[in-house]
Amino acid sequence: MDAEEHKLPLSQNPEWADVTPIPQDDGPNPVVPIAYKPEFIETMDYFRAVYKANEFSPRALQLTHQAILLNPGNYTVWHFRRLILDALGIDLNEELEFMSGISENNPKNYQIWHHRRWIAEKLGTDVASKELDFTKRMLFLDAKNYHAWSYRQWVLQALGGWENELSYCHQLLEEDVFNNSAWNQRYFVVTGSPLLGGLEAMRESEVKYTVEAILRSPENESPWRYLRGLYKNDPKSWISDPQVSSVCLKVLSAKANHVFALSTLLDLLSHGFQANQEFKDAVDSLRPSSSDPPDSDLAKAICSILRHVDPMRVNYWTWRENKLPLSV
Amino acid sequence: MGELVVDKHVKYILSVEKRKDSFESVVLEHLRMNGAYWGLTTLDLLGKLDALDSNEVIQWIMKCQHESGLLDLYSIMGGVAFCYAGGFAGNIGHDPHLLYTLSAVQVLALFDKLNVLDADKVANCILICFSSVTFEIVCPLFEILLFGSLKIKISSIPIQLIIGHPFLGLLNFMPDISGLQNEDGSFSGDEWGEVDSRFPYLAICCLSILHRLDKMNVEKAVNYIASCKNVDGGFGCTPGGESHAGQIFCCVGALAITGSLHHVDKDLLGWWLCERQVKSGGLNGRPEKLPDVCYSWWVLSSLIMIDRVHWINKDKLVKFILNCQDTENGGISDRPEDAVDVFHTYFGVAGSLMAFYYLLFHCKHFLKATRATNSTLNS
Repeated sequence: MDAEEHKLPLSQNPEWADVTPIPQDDGPNPVVPIAYKPEFIETMDYFRAVYKANEFSPRALQLTHQAILLNPGNYTVWHFRRLILDALGIDLNEELEFMSGISENNPKNYQIWHHRRWIAEKLGTDVASKELDFTKRMLFLDAKNYHAWSYRQWVLQALGGWENELSYCHQLLEEDVFNNSAWNQRYFVVTGSPLLGGLEAMRESEVKYTVEAILRSPENESPWRYLRGLYKNDPKSWISDPQVSSVCLKVLSAKANHVFALSTLLDLLSHGFQANQEFKDAVDSLRPSSSDPPDSDLAKAICSILRHVDPMRVNYWTWRENKLPLSV
Repeated sequence: MGELVVDKHVKYILSVEKRKDSFESVVLEHLRMNGAYWGLTTLDLLGKLDALDSNEVIQWIMKCQHESGLLDLYSIMGGVAFCYAGGFAGNIGHDPHLLYTLSAVQVLALFDKLNVLDADKVANCILICFSSVTFEIVCPLFEILLFGSLKIKISSIPIQLIIGHPFLGLLNFMPDISGLQNEDGSFSGDEWGEVDSRFPYLAICCLSILHRLDKMNVEKAVNYIASCKNVDGGFGCTPGGESHAGQIFCCVGALAITGSLHHVDKDLLGWWLCERQVKSGGLNGRPEKLPDVCYSWWVLSSLIMIDRVHWINKDKLVKFILNCQDTENGGISDRPEDAVDVFHTYFGVAGSLMAFYYLLFHCKHFLKATRATNSTLNS
C-alpha cells in the first residue's frame, strides 16, 4: 500500500472495494450513546468486516494498526492482530518495534502490555535484556508505573536478566528514596533472584542499606516496612538485632519525623523487646509539654505521643494502646 | 464544609447520556457497560434510579450478551480475560469480557432483574474463561486434532464435554503454577504466571451474585490470592507485585465473599490502609502517591470488610471528596479543580455516603442482592 492510497478513505480505496463494511449496532435507544468521529466509524466498520471473515492478510494487519491508533484499548482489535501475526508468520522483532512506538503514549493501557508479553514469550530469552531496557525507559517516564513493574517482574522470572537488577533498584532509590515501587522491587530481587542466595544471605547488607535510607528520611514509610520485611518469619532476630532498635533510637534522638520510629519501637516492645533507660529518656523527651506526667509504661507513653503527632490516625493509636499487654 | 450536591450529580449523570463528540466517549466505547454500571449505581445511591427507563437499559444489556462465542486460546492473559457464550461485552457488537460480565450482572441486580438471565449459562462462561488456559497447556494436540484451527466455537461443544473431558478435568480454576515451570526454573508459555488478582475477584463476585460459587474451585483461587500478599499486609496483582489499594480491594473482596478473611492480617493491612490518608484528608493508593477520589472507595470498603474503618478520619475524607465536586454542573473529579467524569462521580458518591452511612449502605445493598438472587433461585 503506497502513501497516496493510505490517505484515501477506505470506502474510496480500490484495495478495499471487495469488502462490505459492517456498521456498529448501538441498539435502538443507546443508554450511553457515543458520538463517533467519521474516521473512527469507517475504520471500525471495515474492521468488523475483516474480523468476521477471519481475513488474515497484510491489509487486515494494517487496518488493526489504524484501529489501534484510534483506540488502543479495544481488546478485540489486539486479539485479531495476534491471530494475523501468527497466520502470516510476521517477524515478531518488527512487532516489538511497532509496540515501542505506541507504548510511550499509552503507558497504562492493559492491552499494550499484554500484547508485548505475548510477543516476548514467543521470542524467548533472547529478548530479556531488550525488554528490561524497554521497561527502564517506561519507568524513566513514570517510576511508579504499575504495569511496567508488573511486566518487568514477569520478564525477570520468565526470561531472566537478574544480574543488574539490585543495582537498578539502587539507582532508582538514589533518584527518589520515597519510591515505594523501587523498594518493592528490591524486596522482589532480594527474595527471588537466583543469583543472590535469598533473604537470609542478604539480610546483613540489606539492613545496613535500609538503615542508611531511614536516617536520610525518617518520615519515609517504605524503608521502615522494608526493614520489617527483611525479618520475615523471624521475629526473634528482628527483636534482638541491635541495628533495628538503634535506628529507632537515633531517629528519636533527632527529635523530628519520628512517627515510624515510634511505631517500630512500639512493635518491638509488643513482641518482647526490653528497652533500656536510653530509650525511655528519648521517648520522654518527645512528650508534648502540655501533657500529663510521664507514663511509667514506655509503650503507653509512645501511644500517647503518636496520638498527638499523628492526629489523623488517633483512633488507630488508641486501639494500639488498648491492645497492649498489661505487663509491657 | 459543603454538602453533596445530589440534584446536580443526578443531572450530570443523566446529561452524560446526551453528550456528543467527546474524546472520552470514543475511548470508552468498548467499556460502555462499565460506564452504565457507574452511572446507574450512582443514580441508585442517590435514590434516583427511576429517572431512567429500566426496560430500555435491560434490553440494551441483554443485547450485549453473546449467545455463542469464540474461544481464543492465545489471548487470555494479563489484561484480557475473554468470556464466551453467555458472557457480556462492553457494548453491542463487541467481544465479551469478564469485566463487563460482572458489570452487566451488577446492573441487572440493581434493577432486581437477575431473573432475565440464565444464571448457569453465565456461570459456565466465567468458568470456561478461567479454564481455557489450562486447556491450552494440557492438550494443544487435542485442540489441533479436534478443531484444526486457533478458534473453537464453544457454543458447539456441550459444556459437559468440556467439563467432563479427561484432560480438561484439570479445568479447575487455577492450575498449580509450579507445574508449569520448566526444569531450568523458567516458565513455559503459561499465561497464568501473570494472572492478575483482579480476575479471581471478578469471577468470585459474579458467581456469588448468581449463587453459582459452588461451581468454582474456590480453594485454588483463594490460595492464589493469598500468594499475592506482601510483608506490608497489602496485596499486589501477582506474587511479589507492589501493594496497591485497588488490588487490595479485589483481594480482600474475594476473600470476604468466600469466607476466607483469615488469610488477611487485618491489623497490619488496616494500618497500611489508614496510612493512605494524606494531610488533605484524601486517600492515595500507594505510599507517596497523590490522593484520588476513587481510592475513597477502594480503601474505605477494604477497611469496612476487615472491620477497621474507624481508623481513618472520616470527616476529613468527606471534606476532600466534597471539594472535588463541580458544584455548578454536577459530577466529581479525582482531585479538587480537575475535570469531572462518571467513574469518579460514582466512587465519590459511594465513598462519601459510605464514610458516614456505611452500615445503612451495606444493609441496603446486601438486602437488594439477596432479594435479587433469591428471586433468581425461585424462578
